[in-house]
Amino acid sequence: MGQTKEYYLYTENLTVGYNGQPLIRDIKIGVRPGEILTLIGPNGAGKTTILKSIIRQLSPLAGVVYLNGQGMQEYSGQELSEKMSVVLTDRVHPEMMSCEEVVATGRYPYTGKFGVLSEADHRIVREAMELVHITDLAERDFERTSDGQKQRIMLARALCQQPDIIVLDEPTSFLDIKYKLEFLSILQRMTREKHLAVIMSLHELDLAERISDQIACIKGDRMERFGTPEEIFTDGYIPKLYDMTVGSFGEPTGTPELAAVTGVPQVFVIAGCGTGLPVYRRLQRQGIPFATGILFENDIDYPTAKALAAQVISVPAFSPISQETLSLAKEIRKNCGQVICAVTPEQMGSVWECMKELL
Amino acid sequence: MMNHKWRGKSRYVIAYGILILAVLVLLTLNICIGSVTIPLRDVGDILWSGLTGLFGGGAATGISHDIVMQIRFPRAMAALILGGGLALSGYLLQTFFHNPIAGPFVLGISSGAKLVVALMMVFCLSQAINVTSASMILAAFVGSMISMGFVLLISKTLDRMSMLIVSGVMIGYICSAVTELVITFADDSNIVNLHNWSMGSFSGITWSNVAVMAVVIFVSSFCVFLMAKPISAYQMGEAYAKNMGVNIRLFRVVLVLLSSILSACVTAFAGPVSFVGIAVPHLVKSLFRTAKPILMIPACFLGGSAFCLLCDLLARIVFAPTELSISTVTAVFGAPVVIYIMVHRRKN
Repeated sequence: MGQTKEYYLYTENLTVGYNGQPLIRDIKIGVRPGEILTLIGPNGAGKTTILKSIIRQLSPLAGVVYLNGQGMQEYSGQELSEKMSVVLTDRVHPEMMSCEEVVATGRYPYTGKFGVLSEADHRIVREAMELVHITDLAERDFERTSDGQKQRIMLARALCQQPDIIVLDEPTSFLDIKYKLEFLSILQRMTREKHLAVIMSLHELDLAERISDQIACIKGDRMERFGTPEEIFTDGYIPKLYDMTVGSFGEPTGTPELAAVTGVPQVFVIAGCGTGLPVYRRLQRQGIPFATGILFENDIDYPTAKALAAQVISVPAFSPISQETLSLAKEIRKNCGQVICAVTPEQMGSVWECMKELL
Repeated sequence: MMNHKWRGKSRYVIAYGILILAVLVLLTLNICIGSVTIPLRDVGDILWSGLTGLFGGGAATGISHDIVMQIRFPRAMAALILGGGLALSGYLLQTFFHNPIAGPFVLGISSGAKLVVALMMVFCLSQAINVTSASMILAAFVGSMISMGFVLLISKTLDRMSMLIVSGVMIGYICSAVTELVITFADDSNIVNLHNWSMGSFSGITWSNVAVMAVVIFVSSFCVFLMAKPISAYQMGEAYAKNMGVNIRLFRVVLVLLSSILSACVTAFAGPVSFVGIAVPHLVKSLFRTAKPILMIPACFLGGSAFCLLCDLLARIVFAPTELSISTVTAVFGAPVVIYIMVHRRKN
């Protein structure tokens, strides 16, 4: 609990749900200024429900959300709006509003009785738009922008609300890879430069692993894990979290792989240094079970080989290939109808002496 | 950048100029034109003498004077005030339901008001109780709120906007049917008036009526204007509005109350008037090319005034001496706008 002191926002035994029906119990998460907290978990696990409770769109069934050391319920709508802004999945259809006007709605808490923007407000709006690279969209009708542009406009809107914390619900879902990375980079920059705290839900595990300072895993009716990416992405946890029955997930690299083709290996692949990857994938696509080796366990081919091959012959990194390993490989190779040598002797260096015996 | 902003601002100034000019010109035409055409100069004299008459001077009399001061001027003022109120009511309902074709008439709110007013009038006439403007408004407000309650209940279960309109129209039909039933079986000579009123008309308005409606409509409209800021937040959707610090529950209650008061007041004096609430906000938005509430609220009022003045003028003169019901004329202009909106929406 000592740590919770420095959290900008944290929850205490928070239970959330709809119509008095608890969906997730005893949630304990927190985010510090300048940190990104990401919620991951299967579809329908209740990530959005938690976020809605945190931004006070839903009242918690039990427990408290603390913001800046104070219970969330003690804030007035106005006070809260100056501290927290949101990017939601709700589609907005503002009528006849330019993108700049949509961004400017973020200034709402700071304008007077009639919501007229001051020169300073206009400057902040323009700055926010520059930050997410949408200055050239300023005059365009909001309804005539793409999903990716809309998402960036909504981020600019949230930024010009000048919050201490931004809550985003699946902000990258409609973005292509370029904009996904750009979007998250802007968030990262904001956390670094302005000490913004960020809470968001993400579907992209690879990105979650890379951007998050803290990750909360939501599954069933509880929060299963809460910790740093290193603590969360341990071997075999992701398939468990998502109840994956097909395929696998390489936690260290954040790479998903389709199901391995099982059965007696028909092809033996001699690979290494990344030369195996395309061969493995092609064999997997064609549904041909294969064996591969001899791989050092630090080889870039190794994780994919583990995920896709029926059998992998490997030796620990930086250690010599023993006679036993070689004969085991020879044995398996003999039972395979075909050999594919993906490597060249030059790539293998001194190991080639060993490898060529498999040909 | 600055250039664009200036263009926007000058557009707003010009648009307001057009609306104000339209209201003034139509007001004048409404007073001058009719079964007896009264030249503009005479109207000026009559108004001037009426004004001095108010301050103790010898009031002029004569047929022209009576036509202007007792019939046309109050009637035109009623069209001006009620038209504005009706357009605003429509604007609020469109905002509330996030639905461009919502309005007091299509949602059955006007018809609900009509029903309760008809019931009250029949009851009062049978008991020989004098019907006052205030009681009319109150009855209309009760009717509006009952219909509004049904619409809100339905809107909770149906999220398709077309279905909301269909159910509103159905509520309207039920209310109209019951009203007709009440009128048919109420045996009183005054029922003829009631029948005319239930079709929608600005005729028979007195100065005291105008005074009452002016107070109710102007005060409500001013309250609406004060809500321009939260309305602008609400245009971004409820969730975002809430994040901007709007007290959504209070906001929704006030919005429903104001739109009901506005349309109730209109129905109490002029009966149900169709399509003004939908057509005017849309036309005004197209004229201004913006939906900013702070501009839209006064503009909708002016637009509604001009629209109703025009429609009432046409209702009186097109088939003179036979007078059309106001809804007949507003429907001719308003319904195509609704169709246009729906087709345009589908295209997007």
